[in-house]
Amino acid sequence: MTPDQDSRSQEPGDPPPSADRTSSAEQHDAALVASLRSGLHGGREVADRAFGAVSRLSGTMVLAVLALIAVTMVGRSVDAIRWMGTDFWVWRRWAPPEQYYGILSFVFGTLYTAVIALLLAVPISLGIALFVTQIAPVWLRRVMVYVIDLLAVIPSVVVGLWGLLVLAPNITGFYGWLSDTFDGWPVLGSIFGSNPQGRSFLTAGIVLAIMITPIIVSLSREVIETTPQSEKEAALALGATKWEMIRGSVIPHSKGGLVGAIMLGLGRAMGETIAVALTIGSALGQITLNALASGNSMPAVITAEWGEADALKKSALIGMAMTLFVITIVVNTTATAIVQRSQKRTRGAV
Amino acid sequence: MSVVVDTAVSSDAAVVTLADLAPRRSWRNTKSSLMSALMGLAFLIVFVPIVTLVFTVVSKGAGIVFADFPAWFTDRIPVRGREVGPGMGPAIIGTLLITFTASVLAIPLGILGAVYLNEYGKASRWAQIVRFMSSVMTGVPSIVMGLFVYVVFTLRFGLSGFGGALALACLMLPVVIRSTEEMLRLVPDHLREASYALGTSKSRTIATVVLPAAFPGIVSGCLLAIARAAGETAPLFFTIGIVTETNPNVFSGPNTALPAQIYSNAFTIFDGAKERAWGAALTLIAITFFFTVTARVVTARIQKKR
Repeated sequence: MTPDQDSRSQEPGDPPPSADRTSSAEQHDAALVASLRSGLHGGREVADRAFGAVSRLSGTMVLAVLALIAVTMVGRSVDAIRWMGTDFWVWRRWAPPEQYYGILSFVFGTLYTAVIALLLAVPISLGIALFVTQIAPVWLRRVMVYVIDLLAVIPSVVVGLWGLLVLAPNITGFYGWLSDTFDGWPVLGSIFGSNPQGRSFLTAGIVLAIMITPIIVSLSREVIETTPQSEKEAALALGATKWEMIRGSVIPHSKGGLVGAIMLGLGRAMGETIAVALTIGSALGQITLNALASGNSMPAVITAEWGEADALKKSALIGMAMTLFVITIVVNTTATAIVQRSQKRTRGAV
Repeated sequence: MSVVVDTAVSSDAAVVTLADLAPRRSWRNTKSSLMSALMGLAFLIVFVPIVTLVFTVVSKGAGIVFADFPAWFTDRIPVRGREVGPGMGPAIIGTLLITFTASVLAIPLGILGAVYLNEYGKASRWAQIVRFMSSVMTGVPSIVMGLFVYVVFTLRFGLSGFGGALALACLMLPVVIRSTEEMLRLVPDHLREASYALGTSKSRTIATVVLPAAFPGIVSGCLLAIARAAGETAPLFFTIGIVTETNPNVFSGPNTALPAQIYSNAFTIFDGAKERAWGAALTLIAITFFFTVTARVVTARIQKKR
């Protein structure tokens, strides 16, 4: 029995009973007994309660900060949004000299690069996570986890620098080939469109994929590892091959958690700033399926244009940040809820 | 081996041996191996960018970092991008100072928050809300955090290292809470019960039994959070400004940091500035790797102890 439950049953044990549900007289008695027992440390309970209160307050800080972020973002962007009305979100024209601020193309850029990043990162990440947990021998497993963890801490600005100075200039040949090869194809023709740029949606997507892969790998690894051994052995005992065991036992078991992991990766990709700012090409007003064209994303515009912005433009940029905040909060909340639910379910099953 | 199966003997049918029952190289097996190979390939695909990235950073950065040795770490940053040669001292000091300040702000708060979640709140509704919100907070984009601190702090007190530290602390807080709570959860209940049985109060039990038991794990989680924070760039734009001289005072005056220097030097056309960007990248990677590897070593030691 934990001490909490102890106090709830109102035994004069240690720690003293919590204030709710006990009458003050009982509480007094219990406290008296407790202090007598422990050799009369009068201030002890006060210290105890104070410690509990401080720790509770620290936990609550998270809520306070989140609420404060929401309030400041809304408060500061109100000017620009009043000025623009709903045009703020539905027009792609961004013309600060005329005080016209439409952020649609940046919203598009953020979503498009994030989707490209997911398309590249998800199959690779799930492959690695399955390989590490189900197939690789133990020694290799350790090495691989180590490498992936190192990838996770490479600062985004360094990945961005590499993307700008190494990847972008060297990949244009490949982009040209893609553009020529798929010219005239139904869908791929418009995705790998004409006039390929080194700094483009696709380059930013590749850089983002490199950055979110370790996150998706480590989250999905955790989920996959909760598959009960008995279920895997049952599959193998029925004559399943390793792949059939993975498809039949591991994936159905961890589906929810995997979806959550992918969505957390998505949230991460949308919020990433610097690596995208360096590699997306900073073209205004671009809404095109052509992944080889330059574009821009919300965080990249905010960083690039903050320096010389006047009050209204700053307000518009904060409005953009608020939009980004809302989108990532929605994605992350959903993802977290999915992960927590699947965790509850799997823990219940064991 | 040719063990004859009983039923097969009685009839005239062909004798079945165990060798026949052994799995054959069927399509199913081939498919299984193929999928395993694909998964292994996925790892190799990721390995390529890591290797080229680290290789480029080291090969392009090492030259300037080690040119007339301590100069890189002590000299001021050249004001003109055209200038060639080392000097990143102010940014290195800035990064260390700001990250340190952020850790001082975020780690105690985060640990206390985790103590609340695991020792006091547990499954209560409020604790669940806090837990949920702290994982949501992990996903708040760093640029939003930067703008937030700009509005609530920088507008009032001006550019300073402390503003950057505040933003980084906000980013670190949920990470520290989550990793610490995981570690506290691993502390077995019988340790707590033994302590209560000796008449120790709850707060003392937490301070002298629970936290020390989870200490190595907490340290490793905090080091990873520090490593992440040291590499953050976006929040620093709005909060610390940019300078070329060392500013040892975190609380007043604009400051600079390695990530900010990398970003501002990346877009220039001057080779000297680009080289400094690579050098700064190498220094930054070295700092983050140092924290990560230390965290790994600490974790490995715990696992050995168990």
